[in-house]
Amino acid sequence: MSNKVMSVSNVSKRYGAIQAVDDVSFDVYEGEILGLIGPNGSGKSTLFNCLLGQTRPDNGSVEINGHNASGLSPSKLNKLGIGRTFQQLSVFPEMTVLDNIILAGQEHHGSMFSRLFGAPDAGLTPEADRLIAFFRLEHLRDEMAGSLSYGQQKLLDAAMAFMAGPSIVMLDEPAGGVNLTMLGNFKERLRTFNKEHGTTFVVIEHNMEFVMSLCTRVLVLANGAIIAEGTPDEIMNNQMVIDAYLGG
Amino acid sequence: MMTKRNMWLLAGLIALILAPLGQGNYVVYTLCSWLIFSMAAMGLNLTLGYAGQISLAQSAFMAIGAYTTALLTLPPAEDGVGGLGLHWLVAMPISVFAAFVVGLIIGFPALRVKGHFLAFVTLAFTTLTFLVLRNEDWLTGGTYGLVGMPRPDFGFFNTGKQLRFYYFTLAVFVVFCLLMWGIIRSPWGRAFKALRENSIRAESLGVDTRRITLLAFAIGSAAGGLAGSLVAPLVQFIEPGSFALVHSLKMLLMVVVGGAGFFFGPVIGAGVVILMPEFLRFTEGYYLMIYAATVIVLIIFCPKGLIGLGEIIRNKLRKDKKVRGDMDKGAQL
Repeated sequence: MSNKVMSVSNVSKRYGAIQAVDDVSFDVYEGEILGLIGPNGSGKSTLFNCLLGQTRPDNGSVEINGHNASGLSPSKLNKLGIGRTFQQLSVFPEMTVLDNIILAGQEHHGSMFSRLFGAPDAGLTPEADRLIAFFRLEHLRDEMAGSLSYGQQKLLDAAMAFMAGPSIVMLDEPAGGVNLTMLGNFKERLRTFNKEHGTTFVVIEHNMEFVMSLCTRVLVLANGAIIAEGTPDEIMNNQMVIDAYLGG
Repeated sequence: MMTKRNMWLLAGLIALILAPLGQGNYVVYTLCSWLIFSMAAMGLNLTLGYAGQISLAQSAFMAIGAYTTALLTLPPAEDGVGGLGLHWLVAMPISVFAAFVVGLIIGFPALRVKGHFLAFVTLAFTTLTFLVLRNEDWLTGGTYGLVGMPRPDFGFFNTGKQLRFYYFTLAVFVVFCLLMWGIIRSPWGRAFKALRENSIRAESLGVDTRRITLLAFAIGSAAGGLAGSLVAPLVQFIEPGSFALVHSLKMLLMVVVGGAGFFFGPVIGAGVVILMPEFLRFTEGYYLMIYAATVIVLIIFCPKGLIGLGEIIRNKLRKDKKVRGDMDKGAQL
């Protein structure tokens, strides 16, 4: 088995009487595409937010690339090599596509003061152009991000997550609201990136076809706890998973 | 080859150089005020227009700049409030630094509160500053204020006369614009905009939103301090009322009317707020009403300010209609 890049131990989060995440532990291995699925209200998003510094868990710890990442702010987690996308559209609408991508990489170049006195693009335009081409957004490079279609903004959001060369990319419902053609292209690009760069992915998604055809391993969450783990084939035939989804 | 934008900038600069020629002292004084308030409003534009942090404290930062400069440049007095008799070139950086540090401190509440709550915090700071200036008369002269701040003398160029002080202010204005432009187009400027548009996303991309928020306040406040540092020798009389809340509101108006988030928006806004009432004086008692009505109409019909209005008109007049990059090829994605 490959190296562990993320280790989640006994993470719990409670909101009043609701146990949103209940003592969840799992590991993420280098180069894998891990799917995290579960019915609505199963605690996926809360768990994601706990891992990504948006929500402070009540208990538990997270280790990323050998560093204790518990309680770190999202910006520090990003510096540790975590890229992420959001469920809602999260681009900067009044900045061009190019500026969105450069912003996603600039904080990893030089110190705060060298960035003030250095080149306006922090020397990132060629790298940003490569990524824009990879996601086939060249024709929109100089457009305002807010003028792009929903699916194009989702692609841009994903491209931004890749700009800083992260070791782990966490994708929060990347397929939501994206048409089938674009979704197919997006999936193919994720696979290519995974193969070419060895980047690890953790994907939260409702679209079963997308998860089962993309992921190498799947975790199933129900009522805040992990109820199943395995390959996509194993998960699809797991009675507990079927019951959780169908309310059996 | 000079770009169209640079040609416009050059034309603007030439217009600013020619504007006071042949004019009386009052007109030159008004033009000086316009440039000085433009700088303060550009500072506020960085905090509000670019970084999205509302502030009603810009007049307080002007006060810090003006009083610091006054106390440092006034000659020592045997009785009453005197100063240290330093040159403006020494007093100005100290004044700007003082405003920067206080702005940094005022930025801390912005890490916890947003929107109208933040507006109230900064409003309270302006009121507090006003009260300190009024009550601590051993230092500030209280309601009588401070009088007789010298205008800077550079040996080869004495700014004592109104026209000379105008050109001195214009030189400071040009240097200030270059510095601000450098900040706005740097990665810092991009981070300020990201903070305004989506702070959670910005943080997830490694932007230290705490630091950027504090810097947005501190740099904007420093610009207010610089403006204050020029007001003291321009007017040669300052008192707490010169920096009351109404002046913060005026600067907010300058930013909004000119176009928040546009580099030269506040310069145009300051022109409207300071120069338009002068142009409307011929209407006698009606000028304030006409002025207020114009501002209301402008804000309702053009929320992006006068620069935004200019963009709308320019787009309407364009013969070659621009389409989004993918529309001429059909949606490929």
